[in-house]
Amino acid sequence: MLLTISTTYQPATDLGFLLHKHPDRFQSVDLSIGKAHVFYPEATKDKTTVALLLDIDPIDMVRGKKKFSGKGFSLGQYVNDRPYAASSFMSVALSKAFSTAMNGTCTGKPELADVKMPFEIKITSLPAPRGGELLIRKLFEPLGYQITLERHILDDKFKEWGESKYFTLDLSNELTISKLLSHLYVLIPALDNDKHYYVSEAEIEKLLKKGKGWLEQHPEKELITRRYLINLGSLTRQALQRLSEHEDAETNTELDTKEDIKKETLHQKRLNLVLEQLKKTGAKKVLDMGCGEGKLLRMLLKEKQFSKIAGMDVSYSELTKAKDRLHWDEMAPKQQERIHLFQGALTYKDKRLEGYDAAAIVEVIEHLDENRLQSFERVVFEFAQPKTVIITTPNIEYNALFENMKTGDMRHTDHRFEWTRAQFETWAKGIAEKHNYSVEFEPIGEVNEQVGAPSQMGIFNHGN
Amino acid sequence: MEIKIPELSLVLLIGASGSGKSTFAKQHFEKHEVVSSDECRGIVSNDENNQAASKDAFDLVNFIIEKRLKNGHLTVVDATNVQVASRKKLVELARKYHVLPVAIVLDIPQRICEDRNVERPDRNFGSHVVRQQKQQLKRSLKKLKYEGFRKIYTLHSQEEVDSVTDIIREKLYNDKKHIKGPFDIIGDIHGCYDETLELLNKLGYKIEQTEDDGQNFGLKVTHEDNRQVIFLGDLVDRGPNSPAVLKLAMSMVRSGVAWCVPGNHDAKLHKKLRGKNVNLKHGLAETLEQLEGETPEFIHELKEFLYSLISHYVFDDGKLVVAHAGLKAEMQGRGSGAVRAFCLYGETTGEIDEFGLPVRYNWASEYRGKAKVVYGHTPVPEAEWLNKTIDIDTGCVFGGKLTALRYPEQELVAVPAQKVYCEPVKPLQEATNGKLTHQQEYDDLLNIDDVIGKRIVQTRLRNNITIREENSIAALEVMSRFAINPKWLIYLPPTMSPCATSELPDFLEHPQQAINYYKKRGIERIICEEKHMGSRAVLVICKDEEVALKRFGISNEGFGVCYTRTGRNFFNNTEMEQQFLNKVVKALTRSGFWEQHQTDWVCLDTELMPWSAKAQSLLKDQYAAVGTAARHSLSEVEQVLGQAIGRGIVDAQPSLDKFSYKKVAISKYVDAYRRYCWEVKTVEDYKLAPFHILATEGAVHTDKNHEWHITNIKNICEADSEIFQLTPCKIVDTQDENSIKTAIDWWLDLTAKGGEGMVVKPYDFIARGSEGLLQPAVKCRGSEYLRIIYGPEYDMPENLQRLKKRGLSKKRSLALREFALGIEGLERFVRKEPLRRVHESIFGVLALESEEVDPRL
Repeated sequence: MLLTISTTYQPATDLGFLLHKHPDRFQSVDLSIGKAHVFYPEATKDKTTVALLLDIDPIDMVRGKKKFSGKGFSLGQYVNDRPYAASSFMSVALSKAFSTAMNGTCTGKPELADVKMPFEIKITSLPAPRGGELLIRKLFEPLGYQITLERHILDDKFKEWGESKYFTLDLSNELTISKLLSHLYVLIPALDNDKHYYVSEAEIEKLLKKGKGWLEQHPEKELITRRYLINLGSLTRQALQRLSEHEDAETNTELDTKEDIKKETLHQKRLNLVLEQLKKTGAKKVLDMGCGEGKLLRMLLKEKQFSKIAGMDVSYSELTKAKDRLHWDEMAPKQQERIHLFQGALTYKDKRLEGYDAAAIVEVIEHLDENRLQSFERVVFEFAQPKTVIITTPNIEYNALFENMKTGDMRHTDHRFEWTRAQFETWAKGIAEKHNYSVEFEPIGEVNEQVGAPSQMGIFNHGN
Repeated sequence: MEIKIPELSLVLLIGASGSGKSTFAKQHFEKHEVVSSDECRGIVSNDENNQAASKDAFDLVNFIIEKRLKNGHLTVVDATNVQVASRKKLVELARKYHVLPVAIVLDIPQRICEDRNVERPDRNFGSHVVRQQKQQLKRSLKKLKYEGFRKIYTLHSQEEVDSVTDIIREKLYNDKKHIKGPFDIIGDIHGCYDETLELLNKLGYKIEQTEDDGQNFGLKVTHEDNRQVIFLGDLVDRGPNSPAVLKLAMSMVRSGVAWCVPGNHDAKLHKKLRGKNVNLKHGLAETLEQLEGETPEFIHELKEFLYSLISHYVFDDGKLVVAHAGLKAEMQGRGSGAVRAFCLYGETTGEIDEFGLPVRYNWASEYRGKAKVVYGHTPVPEAEWLNKTIDIDTGCVFGGKLTALRYPEQELVAVPAQKVYCEPVKPLQEATNGKLTHQQEYDDLLNIDDVIGKRIVQTRLRNNITIREENSIAALEVMSRFAINPKWLIYLPPTMSPCATSELPDFLEHPQQAINYYKKRGIERIICEEKHMGSRAVLVICKDEEVALKRFGISNEGFGVCYTRTGRNFFNNTEMEQQFLNKVVKALTRSGFWEQHQTDWVCLDTELMPWSAKAQSLLKDQYAAVGTAARHSLSEVEQVLGQAIGRGIVDAQPSLDKFSYKKVAISKYVDAYRRYCWEVKTVEDYKLAPFHILATEGAVHTDKNHEWHITNIKNICEADSEIFQLTPCKIVDTQDENSIKTAIDWWLDLTAKGGEGMVVKPYDFIARGSEGLLQPAVKCRGSEYLRIIYGPEYDMPENLQRLKKRGLSKKRSLALREFALGIEGLERFVRKEPLRRVHESIFGVLALESEEVDPRL
C-alpha cells in the first residue's frame, strides 16, 4: 500500500528529476482498480523522500468487470489484504508511475541516470509467506542492501495466534535508481508469491527484462524465479533456461530443494515397487484406486502386459489433471480403450470396481478416517475382490528420522493416521483372514535397523 | 372374429411380403406399438427396401423392442418372421423381459401377395422371393407351437383377416391392482393347522362349521372388516396336518376370503399327484401319507387347485406384491417361466452351503422397486423389513412361529409353534451379530449408484428436487473425504438468505425488510431470534452407546456426535469432544428430556460458540491478517500524508481524509471480529445455543411452532446454564406497527452492543404462501458485524450504494431446496427407511451447497 524512497544524495531534490515527478505536486496514475498517488513528504536538499501510495478499491476488486486471479481468499473477497499489503499491485504501480526511471532514462538531467546514490526504502506490510525474515534477507542481501525489519503479530489481543506473514521493511543501499526500481519490481511479488493477474509466458519476458544485469548472478535466482512465477513449473523452467543460456541447461531444470528430491525419489521408488509387483502377478486388468494425477497410470500404460487399466479418484480435479498428463485426448483409439478414468470413493460399494486382476492402493488409506476403514475393507476385499491387492502406507516409526518433524506430527496435514509396521501388519492380516486373502509385506525405501523403511507395502492375494 | 392377447406381450406378425402385415398392424395397434423392419431399413439407410441394410435394420428393431419391453409396453413386430431363426431371437427377447410371445400368422395365398407387390413400384423383387417366403412359412406353421408362443392365431385368407374385428387385451392373471385389501398375509404353514387356526382367530377371523356344499369342506371363514387372507404358499409338507390346511385354504380361496400363491412344496406335491417321479424328501412323504385317507375326488380337486395357483399377485395399484420366494422389480406383474421359477424358488447362486442347501442369492438387498414385496420361503427368526421387502416365514414347522403381516397397517401378528414338528437342517438363528436389524446390516455399506450422476430426490415439502451431476461430483469428494460416518448424518441445515437490502441510507440490512418478507406473504405471526455468532452445529445425541448401536447401527463411536453444516466433525480433539458431549447428554437427562419426549435420541440444531473455536484458520489467515496488514500500513500512510500537507501540498488533503477514515474503519473492523473470539482452554469455554429440537424417536418436530422449540429448549438450558445459552426472542405481530417497532428497536439495541443480528422466522416451522413454501428463516445482520463480511470500509457512502445492489433469488431458491432436503432426511430416518434413502437427501444438501453463490449473502 505504501512505499517510500529517500535519498541523501546532494542535492536530494534531484530525486524529482530522476523519477520525473515534481516534488511539490500530488500526482495520480490510474490502476486497473483504483489509483496510485505519488507525492513527497519531504523535499529538501539534504533529504528527499518520495511516497508511492496505492488506493485500491476493494469493492471494485470483487464486483468489477475485470477478472482477477490469485490464490484462495486473497482476491474476490471484500475482506482482503490486497489493498493494504505490498504485492504485485505495487509492482504495477511502480512501473506505471516510474517507468522512465526504471528504464534508466532521466530526461531532465541525463547524467543522473547512471549515478549510484544512497537510498533508503521503506515498505509497509510486506508479506513473505513460507520464508519470512530469512527469505527476505536471502533475496535482498546479495544485492547489497542493509536490512532492518519488523514482523507484525496477528492480533495483540490474541497473542496465542502468533506472528503474521507481514513485515515492515527498511532497506538501504547505494545504487542507481533504475536498479533499485527493478529490484523492487521483481522482489516484492516474489516475496508475496502471488499475482493479481493471470500468469502466462509474457510474465517470463517481464522478469527477464527487469532482472537483466542482476538476476543472472543472484545466488537465489531459482528461488526468485519460481516464486515470481507463482511456482508454475513449466514457466519457471523456461525462464531459468533463458537466464542461464551459457550454463549447462540440464543442471538447472531440476528445481526441487533437497527435501523435495528426497520425497520425489521415495515416491518414485514406491511406484516402481508397486509396478514391479503388479507385473509379477501376471495381472492383465489393473485398477489404481486413488490414482491422483495419474503417475502410476502413466507407468502402467507403458507396459504391454496390462490390457485394461483403470484409475479411480475421489477428486474430479485430480482426474482432470490425470487426463491431461496422459494426453488422453490425443491418444490413439486403441490406447484410449486400454485406459479408463472415473470418479469414485473408497467407502461406497461400486460395481465398476469388479473384475480386475489387481488393484493398487498407494498412499491412500491414511487419508481415510480410521472408523471408515471398515467400509473401505468391505468395498475392496468383499465386493471388488481383485485377485491381488497392493496397499502402501507410511511407516510412522520412520518419522523419528525426519529432522523437521515433531513427535506426534504426521507427514501430511490430511493424514488421519500413520501406522507402525506392527499396526499395519495386524490390520492387514485381519483383513486377509476375513476375506480369504494371503498377505506379504515389503518395505519401501531404505531400511533403517531400528525404525524400518519410510513406507510399507502389503501384497494381498486371493485364495491360497 | 376376436383375437385375445395378453395385455403385455410381444406380438409377432408372420407372413410373406405382401401378406398385409403393415395394414393389419395399422388397423389394430397404436402407432408406437408397431416396430416395422421396413421402417427401420429406411431409418438406417434411407431406403425401406434396401435388403443390404437388413442387419443394421434388425439391430435397430431389436433395440427398440428391448427398450419397450423393459418399460412394460406391448410391442408388435412387423417383419416377415417366416424363418425359425428370426422368430427364435424375438422369443428370446420376450423371455428376457418376461413378456409373453404371441404369433399372428397371415397365411395369404401366394398370388395375392405377388399381385400386391407388383402394385407397389418400390418393391421390385421377383416372384421367387414371395415363393420362397411362402415355403418357409409353410414349414414354420407346424413348428410354431414348439417355439414357445403362448398364443398362436393363424389367418388363412384375406377374408379371415378382414373378419378380425377386435384384438382383445387380457389382463395377466397376476394383475390384481384394483384390489386394495386390507389383507392379512400369512407365511409358510407347512401343515401346521392348529397354529393357522389360532392365528386366524387372533387376526379376527370367524371360523364356523357349516354344511359342506361340495366347495367349502364344511368351513365358513369370515371377517367383519372384510379383510382377506393371502397365503404365501408352502401349505404342505413336514407338518402334522397338511390335508386340513389344504382344505382350509381351498375353502377360503373358493369363498373369496383368501388368495393363495404356490410354494415350491405345493408345486412338488402337484407334480407328484400328476404322476411324475419326484424326490419324497423334505416332508413330502409325510404329506402323501396324510393324504392316503382322502377320497379320489378330493385328490382330483386338489390337483386342480394346485394347478390353478398363480405364481404371484400385484395388489393395491401396484403397491403390494406377494410371492412365495419374493420377486425382483423387473419381474413383477410379468409372466414367464423364469418369473414362475423365481416366485417358487427365489434366486440361488448355484453354490451349496455347509448344510447341503443351495446358497440363496439375497435379491432383497439390491431391491430398489416401488412396490412392497411380502414373501416367505426362507425361515428367519424374526420378520424384518429390508429395502421394502419382508420375509415373514418364521419357521413355524421348525418350532418357530407362524407370522402374519397386516396390510396396509404393516403390523406383524404371530403365534408360537406348539412344538418342533421337524428339526431344521440349518439352525434357525442366523449368524448375525444379534444387535443390528437386517436393514442396518445391509446399510453398513452405501452403494455409489445411490449418489452419483444426476439425481432427482422426492421431498414432501417441495416435490422433486434435481441434483445436477456436477454438484454430485463435488459432494462425493466432500462427503467421502471429510464427512463423518454417514450413519450419523441424518440432517444438514439449509443455507440462510439475508433480508433484502434496506431502503434507509445508512443501513445495508435492517429488520424492516426481514419482517416485510413474511408480512407481504400473508404471515401474521413471526418470531425474531437473536443470531449468535459462532458456528452452526448439528448434534445427534443418544441416551447411551447402546441406543447408538440399536437405532443408528453405530458401534465404537460413542453415543453422539457434533458436526458442522457440511457434515464434518466439529471437534478435532476427541477428548474435548467427549467432555462436551457428556455435558450435553447429562443436561438432557437431568432436564427429563428423554421421558418428556419419549425418546432415547435427539437431533438438535444449534450454534456453537466461540466462532474462533472452529474458524481458527479463517481468523488467522484472513481476518486478523487483514487487520494487522491494514493497521500498520494505514498509520504509516496517515503520517506521510500529514507530512506532505505540512509542507504545503494541499492536494493531498482529500487522500488524508479518506485514509484517516480507513484507519478508523479498520479499527472498528478489528473490534468486530474480536468480539466473537475467545480462547478455548477447557470444555467450559464453549457455549451452545440450540434453537431447534429437530427430531426425536417417531417425530420430526416441524409440526411444532418456534415458541414450542424455544420453550422446550429452555428446559434443557436450565439443566446446565454453564454450557447452554438461551436464544432470546420476540414474537411479532406483522399487522401491528408497535409490535414491529419493538422488534426493530430490539435489533438496534442488540447490534449496537456488538450482536451479530437476528434471524426472523415464521411462527410456524413450515410456512406457505401463494408462491408455495416460504423461507424457513431470513437473517438480518448488524451494521458492525457486516464489516467482517463486506470489508472494513463497506459503509463508506460510495461503497454502501454499490453493495446494495445484490440479487437474492438464487440464494433463496437454494435455501428452500436445502431446507426441503434436510427435513426429508430427518423424516426418512424417523420412518426408519434404509440409510441410502436418508443419505440421498443429505447428500443432496451437500451437493446443492457446491452451487456457486455469493458467499457473503
